[in-house]
Amino acid sequence: MEFFRFKNDIPFMRHALAFNIISVVAFVAAIFFIATRGLNFSMEFTGGTLIEVRYEQAADIGAMRTALASAGYTEFVVQHFGSTEDVLIRLPLKDMAEDDAVSDQNMARQSEAIMSALNISQEQLRRVEFVGGQVSQELAEQGALALLMVTIGILVYLAFRFEWRFGFAAILSNIHDLVIVLGFFAFFQWEFSLSVLAAFLAIMGYSVNEAVIIFDRVRETFRKARGMTTQQVLDHAITRTISRTMITHGSTQMVVLSILFFGGEALRYFALALTLGICFNIYSSMLVASPIVMWLGVSREQFVKPPAPHDPTRSADGACV
Amino acid sequence: MNRYPLWKHIIVALALIVGFFYTLPNFFGKDQAVQISPNRATLKVDASTVPRIESILQDAGIEFNNIFADPNGIRVSFASVDRQMLARSALEKALNPDAENPDYVVALNLLSASPAWLTNMGALPMYLGLDLQGGVHFLMQVDMQGAELQRLDSIATELRVMLRDRNIRHSGINRTDKTIVIAFRDDDTRQQASALINREIPDLALTVTEDDLVASLRPEAVADLAKYALQQNINTLDRRVNELGVAEPVIAQQGASRIVVQLPGVQDPARAKDILGRTATLEVRMVEDTPGMLDNALTTGIAPFETELFFERVRDGDEIPILLKRQVVLTGEHLTDARPGFDENGQPAVHLTFNPTGSRIFRDVSRENIGKRMAILLFEKGRGEVVTAPVIKTEIGGGRVQISGRMTSSEASDIALLLRAGSLAAPMEIVEERTVGPSMGAENIKQGYNATLWGFVAIVVFMSVYYMLFGVISSTALAANLLFLVALLSMLQATLTLPGIAAIALTLGMAIDANVLINERIREELRAGLPPYAAIVAGYERAFDTILDANITTFIAGLSLLIFGSGPVRGFAVVLCLGILTSVFSAVMVSRVLVELIYGRRNKLASISIGQIWKPEAAAEKK
Repeated sequence: MEFFRFKNDIPFMRHALAFNIISVVAFVAAIFFIATRGLNFSMEFTGGTLIEVRYEQAADIGAMRTALASAGYTEFVVQHFGSTEDVLIRLPLKDMAEDDAVSDQNMARQSEAIMSALNISQEQLRRVEFVGGQVSQELAEQGALALLMVTIGILVYLAFRFEWRFGFAAILSNIHDLVIVLGFFAFFQWEFSLSVLAAFLAIMGYSVNEAVIIFDRVRETFRKARGMTTQQVLDHAITRTISRTMITHGSTQMVVLSILFFGGEALRYFALALTLGICFNIYSSMLVASPIVMWLGVSREQFVKPPAPHDPTRSADGACV
Repeated sequence: MNRYPLWKHIIVALALIVGFFYTLPNFFGKDQAVQISPNRATLKVDASTVPRIESILQDAGIEFNNIFADPNGIRVSFASVDRQMLARSALEKALNPDAENPDYVVALNLLSASPAWLTNMGALPMYLGLDLQGGVHFLMQVDMQGAELQRLDSIATELRVMLRDRNIRHSGINRTDKTIVIAFRDDDTRQQASALINREIPDLALTVTEDDLVASLRPEAVADLAKYALQQNINTLDRRVNELGVAEPVIAQQGASRIVVQLPGVQDPARAKDILGRTATLEVRMVEDTPGMLDNALTTGIAPFETELFFERVRDGDEIPILLKRQVVLTGEHLTDARPGFDENGQPAVHLTFNPTGSRIFRDVSRENIGKRMAILLFEKGRGEVVTAPVIKTEIGGGRVQISGRMTSSEASDIALLLRAGSLAAPMEIVEERTVGPSMGAENIKQGYNATLWGFVAIVVFMSVYYMLFGVISSTALAANLLFLVALLSMLQATLTLPGIAAIALTLGMAIDANVLINERIREELRAGLPPYAAIVAGYERAFDTILDANITTFIAGLSLLIFGSGPVRGFAVVLCLGILTSVFSAVMVSRVLVELIYGRRNKLASISIGQIWKPEAAAEKK
């Protein structure tokens, strides 16, 4: 069985401008949504208390809201979580501080106060999370640092591995994916938690290599095939690697979908971030990174000037999967 | 004929064998167990105690699987939770006849159910994070500011005693914020005092202002204090957790001023929080009994200078106001022991024993204040409460004091426990809490397992259909990858969290990349007209660079998550990084060895089963 049988190279680059316009529009829209709607940061980043409860039968959310309001809380959120028996109660840090003395100690005890206000028994309790103001700030800072470090790490790697045009194009397409997926999270107000951040970082590392593989092929084709235009070289490289791209991403995607369907609520947005990340990566490595390289004016001369020493690991046709 | 080096075959075989044995304990799982450990340093629980435990269990008619002694005490494992619970209550009753003052800690525990020979070679099941086994996680912030103030308070007390002992007259020692101000009448005595303090308490830096001597802690002393406070708090938490009867708790320093407490399997987080979060400290102060002052304070709501208003609790839950001097006579740091008991009237009481310094201060203060009232205060959750405020009848020497009256016997044992387990050297607050119920933990395991299983099955099916025998080989290599990963996680006893399980699944999805690369490459070589075996060799060799490339960037991401991540996300990063290492090994070496075992022996290889090779027309391909 072989899915991808292309007799001729597909003229991707002929439509490069169109794809670039699509990308730019999507990118701008994503930034617009991030800017206007903002990300729905999880409690880990904002601080606060979260209580998950499972009842025997469908829970009466309205009654719970009334009970909490009469206990003096104002800024709480009570909602179903996955099923009608499961309920999630959230309280921001601020509300708790107003309600009680200002110390974290009291805020840490807030979960017990809520449990007693709602008559939640120890058996019904599924999980409690409390994150104080300072810790949440640190988590946000460290998350940003991790993001920065991954970006720098990949940049250094690419600089070491490639000419600047390729490196620049690869990191640009990577950021393109990242921002668009973030745009999805902003638009749908999906919860952005620490594990979603982890998914983002993993996908950054995973996806940059896609562009690397296409660029490897571009370089080989330039060295080997004379008389092809830059556009033809890029088309050739993308067409020849498309089978590999689809199959590797497809198999990773199968696992990610399995996490999405079987992994439960806790991993939902994690898997969603991975799914979107992989889809956009397939698109961007082919149709964002390569046009950028083209606009940056990559040409055969950049690769053939020093007569490359014979590389015994390369096959005669210079192919590289 | 085998053309792949023998040593690579041997390495793969060894890795598989080691991987198999270290993965094995995970299949045996864990047994419910009970752990018995001494509650006092003088008691010993070792192999000699085993027969006693055995006979208790036999008398109660409870069957057990296994019993053995280790450095932490004795562990007994049971087949079911019911038996474990029965055994705990039977052992509690038999070992601790006085429930108020237990001799032994009987804790619920989990024990690896693997055969002894496996455990002996260090093969243990993976260590499950709290989100998988249920339990409580606290991050506590130590209030160093508070520690500094406490230390200054106790230095102030020391100074008073010291100056009086040397007959150096001062006109008041007071702590204001972070300094101690000592007032003197004349320059001479001030110089005397200054010399004495410099010699006796080197931690203090002295400056002179007008008639006063202003003492503050030196920066080095503050740093030492912070270090000491953290350690002392960890020790205190350790003892408290021990008394809670939690098996295998984690209490560790995190950063400069934080402590992580993890109590796996704790069913009642509220009680755990209660005991841990309680910052019971003891203070002894004198009562301000000048007539009228208390009424004045109550009507104006402002306590007079140098005094503070507290409440003394009485039997039926009522509180009566009491005015205390601000000066602290003694603090809990001089306490060596606290036990619940009864006083001469049969009332529940707590018996306190002070260390020599504390005893001396107590003796001096009581001698000088006969006929006056002395208050014993218990500070909990930042709020002070007067436990008792008796009139001093005689000088109290020997450092043995008893606080009694207005408490129930369970209150007495609670207070004793808190005092005995040590007062905290510095106040602490919970800045992060994560509690996971046991049912949720089990569910998380199930969901993580299912996600991995079905992801794995999907890949195996796809690979086998698409690449035929090479797909089966790739799938086998992937299974080996899973084996190595689980074995490594078990060996390192790295904490497995739910995101960690997701990372296992994700790693499998990414690991198959390498095999896809190899298989595609072999197909390409075949397409180019290479004979089958040459195509295999070329395919493996040439795909290797690309495989390395593909994994380096993901590894960069994994590493930075490992450095900056915390909690469950760190678990994700650990698995991601380890998974990349194992996947390169298994995709390249293990699958290659399998290919060699199948195809390498044949002399003339006519074709290989790697699925259909579609060749574009020769003309289109060539130019």
